Amino acid sequence: MAEPRATAPDWRLVVAGLGAVFLLAAPPFLSAYWVGLLTQVVILGILAMSLDLLIGYTGLPSLGHAGFFGVAAYGVGILSTTYQAGVVASIAGGFIAGTGLAALLGLIVSHVRDVYFLMITMALGMVLWGLSFRWIPVTGGDNGIAGIPRLETLIGLPATGPIPFYYLALVVFAACIVLMMVLVKSPFGLTLQGIREHEPRMRSLGFNTWLHGYLSYVCAGAFASVAGIMWAYYNGFVSPTYLDLTASSELFLMVTLGGPATLVGPVIGAGAIVILKNVMSAYTARWLLILGIVYIVTILWAPQGLWNLGRHRRS
Amino acid sequence: MTYFVVQSLNGLFSAALLFLIASGLTLAFGVMRIVNIAHGSFYMLGVYVAYTVAARTSSLLAGALLALFVVAIVGFLMQRFFLRRFASQPLAQMMMTMGFALFFRDAALMLWGGDPFTLPTPRWLTGSMEIGDIVFPWYRVFVIVVAALVGVGLWIVNDRTLIGARVRATVDDPEIAAATGINVARLSGGVFAAGAALAAFGGVMGGPILGGYPGMDFELLPLAFVVVIIGGMGSLKGALIGAIVVGMIDNFGKALVPELSYFTLFAPMVLVLALKPTGLYGRA
Repeated sequence: MAEPRATAPDWRLVVAGLGAVFLLAAPPFLSAYWVGLLTQVVILGILAMSLDLLIGYTGLPSLGHAGFFGVAAYGVGILSTTYQAGVVASIAGGFIAGTGLAALLGLIVSHVRDVYFLMITMALGMVLWGLSFRWIPVTGGDNGIAGIPRLETLIGLPATGPIPFYYLALVVFAACIVLMMVLVKSPFGLTLQGIREHEPRMRSLGFNTWLHGYLSYVCAGAFASVAGIMWAYYNGFVSPTYLDLTASSELFLMVTLGGPATLVGPVIGAGAIVILKNVMSAYTARWLLILGIVYIVTILWAPQGLWNLGRHRRS
Repeated sequence: MTYFVVQSLNGLFSAALLFLIASGLTLAFGVMRIVNIAHGSFYMLGVYVAYTVAARTSSLLAGALLALFVVAIVGFLMQRFFLRRFASQPLAQMMMTMGFALFFRDAALMLWGGDPFTLPTPRWLTGSMEIGDIVFPWYRVFVIVVAALVGVGLWIVNDRTLIGARVRATVDDPEIAAATGINVARLSGGVFAAGAALAAFGGVMGGPILGGYPGMDFELLPLAFVVVIIGGMGSLKGALIGAIVVGMIDNFGKALVPELSYFTLFAPMVLVLALKPTGLYGRA
């Protein structure tokens, strides 16, 4: 059932347009609770898109991606509470911590592929989690770090509260999605997709595939750090749960459920997971059980993701 | 010196448990190319089932046997109905096992609650071995011996029997193995179930000391993965060497720099990956 794509407008354009209008215009009419959820959606949307750069565009399935997110959040938390650093220093510190870590770990993981990549990134992610959990003098261990000041106040916005913070997060989100769209359409992004499709061929064409994989990993880490910084300010609090295996696997599900290699899909995946999680928590404490079932159902019935429904599968 | 010997014995005990768990993981990987995130869940289910049965029947042996049986069945059904249809799609398989891992984790919390417990130590294994200054519990000695016997058993099956030959052929090249008449799907089911049972056995063996508690599944999983990464995926010999390396380092790390105990595991893995990305005994 081939779609007559040339004549009928793609439903994706309509959905994306409606979604954008909703994100822009709806919050003033929503309760603080729902504005909070939407803030979570846009921040985790950035994170899910950053993972999509790796999974969808480069074909590197990372199961430790929450690590960069968490390390950047801890950077902000530690700098702005323990060291009483200013907002610029805190943000820069968080960004450098997350991105620098990606640059370092990328050296180790960039020459492995497929399931090896998966296992190694997962082990590294767990190491980072272990560090945040056990290195108590610095990270506060299981208690985490509380008392991160509000970002709206720090940067001198006239108003504070959920709605100003939401729009701040939305601006960051918009900047990230534009940057990532430019990135994946650029010659660099196309090379990444070439590597995903057939790495030996790209290598024989003269591309340095190691370097491309490495840079893709660092870029993904940088965007994840941006999300981590926003998340730390959103919650005013950081804890080891930001970077545990459940977080990385929720993230992985956001990308898969939404549709890899689409950027928009993972945002939808993030939205679906955040809203499902919060709505379900009102009725049951069994969120992980439900998440597990969502996983299984997704793989069984929508393995290419929601955003790719009706599209022909890549062979 | 005494300290060093006792810590080494403790490291060997950790290595014994890790070997039991990682051998199943590495075999499943070798035959099916599957990264089984639910492997830690099998380990956890083993302890919980053994605990329940042992509490009801007051027989530790019955608990252990039933735990192996139940977890093997769970593994078999999972492979048969959810993983087999995704053969040669490693990412889909991984995500499927991830879904099951989350499911088992929460289901265990729901069924058994969140209170930690330990299995009782068999009466004839209480007390400690004393050689000069060195005092070491008999139960830990027992676990090390049992793991060694399991290792020898696995080696005999793998190297000296027809089933082992089929497994090795499938690890080498699943397509050619299938072309020679080996039923790869059925073999995969068997290996997956056996791997699940081995993980459960590791859980039961560790039960009197490590016990059962929520979160134990994901705590163990990275250790088992590091073992398999160091040893080489699909290699039993690699799992043995990897288990000893990780068991020793984890143990001395915990004793010497407790804050960084998780971190000390990282070094050998990086070293091995830098020198030989497929692990010590793995194939590309």
